[in-house]
Amino acid sequence: MAEAPEALRLSGIRKSFSAGTPREVEVLHGIDLVLQHGEFCALIGPSGSGKSTLLNIIGLLDRPSAGALFIGGEATAGLADTALTTLRGRRIGFVFQAHNLIGAFTAAENVMMPRLLERNWPDAAMRAEAEALLEKVGLSRWRDTRVNNLSGGQAQRVAIARALAMNPVLVLADEPTGNLDTAAADGVFALLREINAQNSTTFLIVTHDVRLSALCDRVVELVDGRISTDKRQLHPG
Amino acid sequence: MIRWLPFDWFTAMRFMRDGWVQTIFILVGVSLGVGVTIFMSEMLSGVQANFLHRVLTAQAMIVVLPPDELAVALHTAPGVVEDAVLQRPNQRPRSIDQWQNIRGQIEATPGVSVVAPIITGPGLAVRGNASASISVIGSDPADYFRIVRVPDYIVHGQLRLRADDILIGVDLAQQLGVAVADKITVVAGTGGRAPRPLTVTGIFDLGSKGVNLRTTFVALRTGQSLVGLPGGVTSLEIALADPFAAEATAQLLAPRYGVRADSWIFTNKQFFIAVQAQNLSSLLIRISVGLSAAFGVASVLVVSVVQRAREIGILRAMGGRRGQILRVFLIQGGIMEFGGAVLGSALGAGILLAWNRLARQPDGSEMFPFLLDPWLVVGTVAVATLVGVLAGMAPAMQAARLDPAVAIRG
Repeated sequence: MAEAPEALRLSGIRKSFSAGTPREVEVLHGIDLVLQHGEFCALIGPSGSGKSTLLNIIGLLDRPSAGALFIGGEATAGLADTALTTLRGRRIGFVFQAHNLIGAFTAAENVMMPRLLERNWPDAAMRAEAEALLEKVGLSRWRDTRVNNLSGGQAQRVAIARALAMNPVLVLADEPTGNLDTAAADGVFALLREINAQNSTTFLIVTHDVRLSALCDRVVELVDGRISTDKRQLHPG
Repeated sequence: MIRWLPFDWFTAMRFMRDGWVQTIFILVGVSLGVGVTIFMSEMLSGVQANFLHRVLTAQAMIVVLPPDELAVALHTAPGVVEDAVLQRPNQRPRSIDQWQNIRGQIEATPGVSVVAPIITGPGLAVRGNASASISVIGSDPADYFRIVRVPDYIVHGQLRLRADDILIGVDLAQQLGVAVADKITVVAGTGGRAPRPLTVTGIFDLGSKGVNLRTTFVALRTGQSLVGLPGGVTSLEIALADPFAAEATAQLLAPRYGVRADSWIFTNKQFFIAVQAQNLSSLLIRISVGLSAAFGVASVLVVSVVQRAREIGILRAMGGRRGQILRVFLIQGGIMEFGGAVLGSALGAGILLAWNRLARQPDGSEMFPFLLDPWLVVGTVAVATLVGVLAGMAPAMQAARLDPAVAIRG
């Protein structure tokens, strides 16, 4: 089946919270955004601008109050929780700031986890894919090491490998270099760019780091729940 | 990587290995609880079995007796009683009427394995200047000693009961200063009959000083002669294939033959009340131990859910369904209780074996037989595993309900 040209489409996304008060507070005021396949996009904005809320909605971890969301051309409105979970597992990869690996598992087991949750691949194929992904992020030596014993930069590379495990249409990275020193952050960012160039994987990266956002093909700025600027950079860096 | 396991089993095992200190603590806790439960249950069963064995090898399961003699009021006219006071007559030794016929019919009753005619009466054992009051039991050894296992308790001499032979207890032998082959004189307690010299052919030890001092065994004809009931018997003693059918069988026989029939269950009512009390207290202890183990497992899992909230969020974000997360924690509860129950069963069996070797009765015999009912072990492990799964239910639901977005943010 041919992939839809759009990795992500947001149309009029709104989100309100009651926050325990009778009056609802709207934090996203009608977001429209389309990411084509292979785009490498930064989402920036000040604290409280609604970046995390938007990322949760795009990641199917939260539902919008209004508007439509399409992942790889697939509509998400009206899907039950189980269907959303399945869609999230198959189509979206996550990289978080605090890498959020499962400490009880080895690097390879963490990378295999999305496949293990799906239970639709033979063990040998899962293992081979995990080893290939770890090799891609330069960690094949560490595949059988418990992730608690890895450095921050290494752990974030494992998280990137895991995000790619299901060959997702979209990878959401929430401050992926936020906890790393400059050298490690540059390495991780270079890896994301490399994967994007090699696999045409679509990335949406939330970052406060102006230096790194300048390296992205496109920068979307969110201010007070609205997209204030959407800038394409023809010559990143 | 444990390749053959699905996600939930694999993750449960890894979480338990990761929190190995908590896992070991709860395993030890459950093991101790199950070990004590197994030991206590089997020890009680053993003690009860031992007691039953002793009771059932020392007395008949049913004793058939002639009905009590009753005084009947004399009526001078319909509704008019001659004397207002009726005195209960004394119960002299009497034979069961038509006992040979009754014996034959009882022997043909389903479930009856042995029927032995017995004659009993009081007497006095005399040796020189020493004497002791005794109970003389006359029987046919071929039948009676299949019910009361006197042959198992012979400590000196042999089991021989001819017309002039007598078996006595060790304490009576000491009191009279006699040994095997010595003669003692037995005087009938009912009076009127000549003293009879008998030869001690065997000395037994039935484990009770009072019984050893008073009980003596003679041949049936000798007993009939001493008690003064030639050809008569004072009771028919019965053994059954199923000891616990005794009361029902007794109630069947009494009206059918116009006799009294006392089962061992009726005559040992206090024992059964004690058994019931023991079983009830054992059940309460088992429930308490089970609840303690369940709360222990639940508390460990609750802490685990709190500690792993972020990881649960990540698993959910990666496509983990609520059911899968739920099972991760239910499986942990089940494995902890299962492992603890298996270890506890081994522990209980070990304590039971050690106790069986160390705890002895005053006569040196074992306090209780070493019995390890495999079904008790299987049942305990199964129930413990179920309890573990149920104990994991609350924390598992707590984990499954976690909002991944909130959990990931911490």
